[in-house]
Amino acid sequence: MSSERRYTPTHEWIQSLGEPSLMRIGITDFAQKEITDVVFVELPKIGKKVPQGAEAAIIESVKAAFSIYAPMGGEVVAVNSDIESNPALVNSDPYGAGWIFELRVDDPAQWNSLLDEKGYQALLVSGTGGGH
Amino acid sequence: MQPELSKTGESSFVRPSMEPTLWQKNRPGARGVESPGVAPESVTSQIPKGAGREIPLSLPELSELDVVRHFTRLSHLNRGVDTHFYPLGSCTMKYNPKVMDRIPEIPGFRDLHPRIDPDGMQGLLEALHTCEETLCQLLGMEAVTLAPAAGAHGELTGILVTRRYFESRGDKNRTEILIPDSAHGTNPASAAMGGFTVHVLPSGSDGGVDLARLEEALSPRTALVMMTVPSTLGIFEKDLPKMVALVKASGALLYLDGANFNAFIGVLRPGDLGFDIVHINTHKTLATPHGGGGPGSGPVGVKSHLAPYLPSPRIRKDGDRYSLVSPETSIGPIRSFIGSSLVLLRALGYVRMLGGEGLRKVALYALLNANYLRALLSGTLPRTGKGLCAHEFVLSAKELSQEGLHASDLAKEILDAGYYAPTISFPLIVPEALMIEPTETESKETLDRFADDFRKIIDLAKKDPTRLKEAPRRTPVARPDEVAAARDPVLTDPASLHIA
Repeated sequence: MSSERRYTPTHEWIQSLGEPSLMRIGITDFAQKEITDVVFVELPKIGKKVPQGAEAAIIESVKAAFSIYAPMGGEVVAVNSDIESNPALVNSDPYGAGWIFELRVDDPAQWNSLLDEKGYQALLVSGTGGGH
Repeated sequence: MQPELSKTGESSFVRPSMEPTLWQKNRPGARGVESPGVAPESVTSQIPKGAGREIPLSLPELSELDVVRHFTRLSHLNRGVDTHFYPLGSCTMKYNPKVMDRIPEIPGFRDLHPRIDPDGMQGLLEALHTCEETLCQLLGMEAVTLAPAAGAHGELTGILVTRRYFESRGDKNRTEILIPDSAHGTNPASAAMGGFTVHVLPSGSDGGVDLARLEEALSPRTALVMMTVPSTLGIFEKDLPKMVALVKASGALLYLDGANFNAFIGVLRPGDLGFDIVHINTHKTLATPHGGGGPGSGPVGVKSHLAPYLPSPRIRKDGDRYSLVSPETSIGPIRSFIGSSLVLLRALGYVRMLGGEGLRKVALYALLNANYLRALLSGTLPRTGKGLCAHEFVLSAKELSQEGLHASDLAKEILDAGYYAPTISFPLIVPEALMIEPTETESKETLDRFADDFRKIIDLAKKDPTRLKEAPRRTPVARPDEVAAARDPVLTDPASLHIA
């Protein structure tokens, strides 16, 4: 996947899977470092409809449990069951094998409300992220 | 014994060995008690056929002395407030007067069977009724239930009362509960369990509730706003009166999470501030030690418009007689019987022992100690929040991440210095949080010593971070594999599997 990744202030990433309405979602490298070792992931049900910004999954680390919010609204069409049996993938490969779920998005225009790489890096520097 | 900062690398230091489990100490044939003149068969033969076990119960065999030594050694390896300074923020790990241990030992209370008729427990009911009235006075509320077993259970009770209140008014639209992101994590969990949708309010830049965001979030759908006072950042909200006014105007109810009661007992009353519901944790503020799994108690106080919905049974007083009643309007029982009665008697004893002025001093000294320690530690790590703190304060160890260190590494080194560690990684809104709550029962000398050692640890972290990665060296268990412990917990002692 070489298409552009976009980000939320709550440290999710989202990336198109080739067609504009099919998106893959995970948490950023910054987020996985912050929450430390992931021990459990609660994935959404396939077919679940989630509005933009709604809680879609839960990640539990040795520190605490964290909500994962949908960067765009849509229907859950796939989940990464590998991270259920091996949650450490979220830490070791957050942008690759540690992806969390895929959405068929309702409104491609919501893409424009998300942070690009530069904007997300600026957010990390200023330290004003929403935090998980 | 005065603990000293650990001297890393000193060969004289030996890690204490772990006490073996009772299973590992099993000695076949050893007995704690011999029943004189009674053959075990004469008892077991009385058990009806089919009611006995088919295979023997698997238990370790030990003498009384084996067991006494086992638990005494474990207690020596443990760190509690009786042995160590215990600044575990959010938990109020203060010293509880030993005299309070005598109250649950009074046979008239201790030996009561919970199913006894109320006529046979008039003394207990009188004491608990007095406890309710006393807490009403302290909280500025008009009715109190003693039923909830702990703080989060109190939250759930308050939330169910809220639901019943709006149902009784025919208001079906109020389905949302607003909770600041600096509140206790149990608040959103309790709200969800009570069938409400949770709406989280992000904190303002000063760590307090953002008035504009609160106003924007309030709507005819808002049933309840839950505030932790003082907040988990150890801050009294400066705009609290304005917040109360905004919530009142919206028609929603206002809940105070009083887990931090130690910061304001005897000084201010949630009822006077305009709150409709409050819970407190008697096992934090009112003389019951905690951390061992209970029992705790989380009484809930309400204003009169919510009193009809409190859980049943209620204690009713008619003249000199006390009875238990279950009003039809009640949300019903939320636990067995009438609450953690012996814990509540400790709370009553503590309040009576200290009196109004004494309780006020509890809060004032808790605030003074926290602010004294906060001032001593200024310049070590940046603090979240400005100015005076309440009964606790939060530092961030984020700047040490350049050295590859986390708050947890500091906590491990603090253990080696001879203290229990502060709370880490909470509240979640502060990266690498260290939450420090000294409580009112610590002396100036203890606080001075802790501050000295804390400074030395921060210096060490900057000069030689790898040494912190080797801490703790003075505990029987150093750095357990937390991921494996969470994912593949081993809850059966392997030694027990070899014993039939």
